[in-house]
Amino acid sequence: MATEGEATGLVFHPMDQFIVTPLFRTLGPGETVNWYEPTNVTLWMAFIVLAIIALMVWGTGGRGLIPNRVQSIAEMAYGMVHKMVDDVAGHEGVKFFPYIMTLFLFVLFANLLGLVPLGFTVTSHIAVTAVLALAVFVTVTGVGFARNGASFLKLFWISSAPLALRPVLAIIELISYFVRPVSHSIRLAGNLMAGHAVMKVFAGFAAVLWIAPVSILGVVAMYGFEILVAFIQAYVFTILTCVYLKDALHPHH
Amino acid sequence: MEGDIAQLGQYIGAGIAALGSGVAAIGVGNVASNFLAGALRNPSAAASQTATLFIGLAFAEALGIFSFLVAVLLMFAI
Repeated sequence: MATEGEATGLVFHPMDQFIVTPLFRTLGPGETVNWYEPTNVTLWMAFIVLAIIALMVWGTGGRGLIPNRVQSIAEMAYGMVHKMVDDVAGHEGVKFFPYIMTLFLFVLFANLLGLVPLGFTVTSHIAVTAVLALAVFVTVTGVGFARNGASFLKLFWISSAPLALRPVLAIIELISYFVRPVSHSIRLAGNLMAGHAVMKVFAGFAAVLWIAPVSILGVVAMYGFEILVAFIQAYVFTILTCVYLKDALHPHH
Repeated sequence: MEGDIAQLGQYIGAGIAALGSGVAAIGVGNVASNFLAGALRNPSAAASQTATLFIGLAFAEALGIFSFLVAVLLMFAI
C-alpha cells in the first residue's frame, strides 16, 4: 500500500491514525498488544474521564447562582439530556438518567477529544462502541424483562396488525431487535472513522503543490463539519438509547 | 495471477460498496427536506419533532455507513 500511496502524493496512510500502539514500548514485527498494557486508547480514555471530571466537578465547583461559562456548559448538557430522557423514554425512564448522561458525556468527549490534533479517536474503534452498545442492549433487555416479565415479548407480537401477518412481523421485529446493538455501534464508529479518514486524505494531498490550497481549505471545512458530527453522533447515540429504553418500559405498540 | 484477480475483485467490490454511501445521502436528504417542508408549513410544531428528525437521519445514515464499512473491510481487512 505504501508504494501506491507515495505515487499519489500521500506520504502516510489515512488509516494509520487508528492503529493501537502500546505507550511504553515499540511493537516489533509479529508482536501484539497485551491486554493489560497501557496503549494510546487507554491514555485517551483517561483524558476523556479527566475532561468530564474537569467539567462536572471542577467546573461546577463554585455552585454559582449565576453560573460562569464552564458551569453553564455543564448545566446545559445536564438539562439537555434530562429533557431528552423525559421526553423520549417517558417519566419512568428518568430513573436511568445517570446511565444515559454517562453515555452521552463519554461519547461526546471521546468524539471531541479525538479532534484534537495528534489525538486518538477512541470511538472510531468498533471494539469500543460495541461494548457501549452491548451494555445498552443488555441493560434494556434486562429492564424489559424485569419490568414486564414475559409480556415484554409483546414487543414482537404486534397486536394492531392482522392476525395472519403477525408471525411474519414477529420474525422481522425479532431480527431488527437483535441487529440494534450492531447498528448502534457501527453507526458511531463508522461516522467517526469515515470523518477522520477523509480529513487525513485531504491532509495527504497538501504535499502536492498545485492542489495544496484546495486541500487545506478542505481540511478546515471537514474539521468544522467533524465538530458538528461529533456532537450529532453523541446526541444520536443517546437518543437511540432512550428510544430502546422506551421500548423496554412500554413494550405495547 | 490468481491473487491479482482476487485483488481486482476486492477493489471493484470496494468501489461498488462505496456507491451505497452515496445512495444513503439521497435518503438523508429526503428526511431533511421533508422535515424542512413540514417545518415551514407549521413552524410551531417543528421544535418538538427535532428528536424524530435526528432518529430518522440516524437510521438513513446507518445504512450508508454499513456500505462504507463493507468497502473498508474489502480494502483493509480481507
